[in-house]
Amino acid sequence: MAHDGATTAGTGNTELVRVATSEHRMARYTLIGLALCFVGLFLVLPLAAVFTEAFRNGPGEFLTVLSDPETFAAIELTLLVAVIAVPLNLVFGIAAAWAIAKFEFKGKAFLTTLIDLPFSVSPVISGLVFILLFGSHSLLGPWLQHHGVQILFAVPGIVLATIFVTFPFVARELIPLMQEQGTSDEEAALSLGASGWQTFWYVTLPNIKWGLLYGVLLCNARAMGEFGAVSVVSGHIRGLTNTMPLQVEILYNEYNFVAAFAVATLLALLALVTLVLKSLLEMKYSEQIAASRRH
Amino acid sequence: MTARTASLWQFRQPSVIPGFGLALGVTLSWLILIILIPLSGLAWRSSALGWSTFWALATDQRTVNALRISFGTAFVAALINVVFGVILAWVLVRYRFPGKRIIDAMVDLPFALPTAVAGIALTTLYAPNGWIGSLLAPLGIKIAFTPIGIVFALVFVGLPFVVRTVQPIMEEIDKEVEEAAATLGANRFQTISRVLLPGLAPAVLTGFALAFARGVGEYGSVIFIAGNLPYISEIAPLLIVIRLEEFNYPAATAIAAIMLMISFVMLLIINTIQAWSRRRYGYGA
Repeated sequence: MAHDGATTAGTGNTELVRVATSEHRMARYTLIGLALCFVGLFLVLPLAAVFTEAFRNGPGEFLTVLSDPETFAAIELTLLVAVIAVPLNLVFGIAAAWAIAKFEFKGKAFLTTLIDLPFSVSPVISGLVFILLFGSHSLLGPWLQHHGVQILFAVPGIVLATIFVTFPFVARELIPLMQEQGTSDEEAALSLGASGWQTFWYVTLPNIKWGLLYGVLLCNARAMGEFGAVSVVSGHIRGLTNTMPLQVEILYNEYNFVAAFAVATLLALLALVTLVLKSLLEMKYSEQIAASRRH
Repeated sequence: MTARTASLWQFRQPSVIPGFGLALGVTLSWLILIILIPLSGLAWRSSALGWSTFWALATDQRTVNALRISFGTAFVAALINVVFGVILAWVLVRYRFPGKRIIDAMVDLPFALPTAVAGIALTTLYAPNGWIGSLLAPLGIKIAFTPIGIVFALVFVGLPFVVRTVQPIMEEIDKEVEEAAATLGANRFQTISRVLLPGLAPAVLTGFALAFARGVGEYGSVIFIAGNLPYISEIAPLLIVIRLEEFNYPAATAIAAIMLMISFVMLLIINTIQAWSRRRYGYGA
């Protein structure tokens, strides 16, 4: 009997606690409704619009548009830029994270701030700085011209601007993760006679691989989708210096909406693949990349 | 750790881990080459303009209006994002409903979707003949091709910044705090507004600052929906592009320098407020 009474009192308490620390059902539904409307209006509908507009005149026209040689050149250029920019920032990101997370040195906080700098600079300004550096009015401009080196309005300028914009992505994911992991694993490996590189390849890299992949994923999405910075340095030469986002703009401004949205579809698919992989990584390896979500 | 007392003298604390020189060398060279030299070029070019030229360029009416529009719309959009971002984060952390996982993943869409794509998609929706715009047009509400359109684009771009900074902190909130508040006689509304929200203030401010900073510089998603009328719906980054196309490098440089300075000062202010509120309230961090 007494036992029964205690149990009822116990459930009664949990019920009370639950009521006291959660919202009224109406409030809950209103909040969920508001959140869903907001997501629908600002995230789902725009995505739906891209696909609907691209297939407005059926899949036939969609494919014709995509087989256009200029579009093809834009896809090639976008891939080329990403293939150069992402690995370079990957190497930089690992080096920066190794220095910042594994060691204590003066000026570390300042260095971390400098690495984040491109995040607070407008993409247009990121392009502008390269115009000021390599343009015909700059110090370097005449010298480059004399030696026949074309940086602006050519692939090198686009690559440089993309590297600038995607600079912090990998480092930013890795630094908190590696800081959380500490140095004990590496110390153990070193004390067992592993060399520095062996320690990195067989101990550190397996520890950070999912966080690394996560950073590369975000870096790649931005590298392929960058618009402002690339637009400033590209010069918009058709079939030569137009990346996919620039091609979208040109087609759209020519009122060639189906073509613009067809190219946009490819970029939207890239975004969706990125999101799916990102969610999978977060679900499976949340503990290994959780550190990086806490900026 | 043990060497901390001796480290006052040293650039770095001793460690058995190898590769410091190589890692820092690579980091610094890449940083200087890609970020610092180009940015200092901007600083040098704008200081070379001379004070009077710079002032004349900075007070040009079109420039002033463009800056006002950029900072104003970014501010409003960041405010909207704070309200809906906190609601969205709350719903995702506290409630269970069908499709929650998908919604959670969708929040990152603005990070992954190229800005130009977002721009043309939002324009298609909110233009007077668009999906939503055509519903609003009979009511006399115009969104695309007005400053409201700019705000809409910036809300899209900034949303994940607020949600993703607030969400992890909300997950950390200890239920006991709420139980204590309830025990002391607070109703649910009081618990949320007096106990939970103040503690989230640092995270909310960080999210606001990130969304705001991103909004000020945003270009790709805005130029399609803005209409780009000089003095009315022309954002500062677009004016930089226009000046560059006119080969008016001094004007472009001046606008860029002003934008960077204002952003820097605002982030400094927000960081100060944030440090203060983190001392005052603050979870986790």
